[in-house]
Parts: sequence; structure tokens; C-alpha cells
Amino acid sequence: MTTRDDEDLLATAATWKRDGHGVAIATVTATWGSSPRQAGSQLIVDDQGRMLGSVSGGCVEGAVVREAMEIMADGKPRLLDFGVTNEQAWEVGLACGGKLQIYVERIE
Amino acid sequence: MKLSDITRLTELAAQRLPAALVTDLATGEQRIVTRDNAEPAVRAALEDDRSGEIDLSGRRCFVLVRNPAPRVIIVGAVHITQALAPMATLTGYAVTIIDPRRAFATADRFPGIALSNDWPDEALAALRPDARTAIVTLTHDPKFDDSALIAALRSDAFYIGALGSKKTHAARLERLRAEGFGDDDMARIHGPAGLAIGAKSPAEIAVSVLAELTARRRLKQAPR
Repeated sequence: MTTRDDEDLLATAATWKRDGHGVAIATVTATWGSSPRQAGSQLIVDDQGRMLGSVSGGCVEGAVVREAMEIMADGKPRLLDFGVTNEQAWEVGLACGGKLQIYVERIE
Repeated sequence: MKLSDITRLTELAAQRLPAALVTDLATGEQRIVTRDNAEPAVRAALEDDRSGEIDLSGRRCFVLVRNPAPRVIIVGAVHITQALAPMATLTGYAVTIIDPRRAFATADRFPGIALSNDWPDEALAALRPDARTAIVTLTHDPKFDDSALIAALRSDAFYIGALGSKKTHAARLERLRAEGFGDDDMARIHGPAGLAIGAKSPAEIAVSVLAELTARRRLKQAPR
């Protein structure tokens, strides 16, 4: 589904890029079990750490932003898995017990 | 994602054309697909309005579906509308307000919202409500609400709500019956519009209407 939010998100990513910033876009590609955001949900990040949108309920955004910074630097898209082990849940805070996969790419 | 692809997706969205961005998850290759050139699996994703991973000739791909935003058409630029229009916008709907009374439907009262001063039946004929459209009548005035409801019942709108007391609503249904509508049609109209949450203020009534509309869209068994 496209909402006006999604349109604003891509438009904002384009604006940041045209303003000369590095921009990465993270997209939920698959979810298992309980997860707050469905496939297609997006988060945009720029090289200053500005972010808009979401890929979870705030649980994995921090980790995604760290990866996004690397992807902005090397340009290689990555597929990230966030699982349910307790240690991981502690680390990135995915307490809901769900699993999700997120594709992160640079805007060229 | 290429900047030129974002531009193209934005253009398609502005024309309210369904589109998908297909990404090969192994190579990162991307292409924009529209209904005209979509292979069956992508077309199905567009029709189901569901982004997700699919297998395209042995390649693992992600389809990002970008269908036009669902719409809420509100008849009556009244006080409740001043709450409902921005709330519905925030919820992701493209909102249009219809009210032939120019003093009510002003850009001052509804900044950034599409307004029509046409008569409701003409305005709705032009807007062509589809299965991704909700129609809410809020004027309480039969000469506006009735013509809107008649047009709404002849459309595929997924939600039709009409504000007004139980007595007003009963009288309204009688008038629609006289126009030739039957029980199945009547059952499509949520009246009085909104979930029973004891809403009093215009903003609370807007919450109750938006909640009912959301339930209609997202639940198989929507509460009545």
C-alpha cells in the first residue's frame, strides 16, 4: 500500500540527495511472527544521521542506521536479518519475538 | 535506488497509477513495473496491494508495491471535518472535501486539503470512487447527504458512513428506499457513522469515524 507518507518519504530522500547528502533507504522485505511494520515499510537515513520513517517499532532502527552509514560509504546494498535470540533481542531490542529482513541500499 | 527511479515513482503516484519497484535481492538490479508491463506474479502483488518477496524465473526478488493512496471523500465542510480531514491525511488517505457552500469549504478552514464546491453527485461522478475509497457524509442536510449517498451506493466504495442521529438515519433510509435501494444497499451505510466510543467533541467523533473506517478496511469482520 502506498500512503501519502510513503510518497513524502521517497520525495524527502530525493531532496536530501539533491542537497548533496549521502542517503540510504531501508525497506522491510519479509517478516515472521510478530512485527510491527509490514513488508514495504521504509526508513530513510542521511549521512548526518537524520532519519524519517520506520522499519520496526523503534527496536532495530539504531542497528539499521549504523549499517546504512557503511552502505552510504561503500555503495553495496545489504540484506539484514534481525532474529529472535535473546542475546540479539538484548542487543538490538527486538523484544516482540518476531523476525524481520531489511534491504538497505544507497540512493545513487 | 536511483534518483531517476524515485522521480518516475513520484510521477506515477501523482497520476494515481499503480506501480512496483522490483529489486533482484542478489544483484541489487532494479526496475519499475506498471500494470501494462507487469508479469503475472508482480501483477498479483499489485492487485493484492502487498509488497513482498517473490521468485521471478529463479531469481529472488522483492516487489515494493506502490498503489495510489486510498481516498476519503468527505461531504460537508463542517466542524467535524476540520478534525477528520487532517486525521485521515495523517492515517495515509488522500482526502477530498465536497461542499457546495463556499463559505464552508475554504482553504483557510482546510489548509492543504483538496476542496470541491460542486454539488455532491457531480463531484462524486468526477472523482469516481473505487474499492479503495471511503465516503463520509457529515452535513446532516438531506439535500447534500442524500445525493452523495445515492452516488456512494452506486460505487464500489469500501466504506460509506453517514452522520446523524438514529432517527435522522431511519428517515434517511426510508428516503433511499423510495429511490429504489434495497436492504443490501442499506447495510452498506454505517449510520450513525463511527464506532460507539461515547464520542462527544468534533475531534472525538472524527476518531470514532476514522476507527470504523479503518476496521472496515483492515478487518474481515468489521465491528458494526
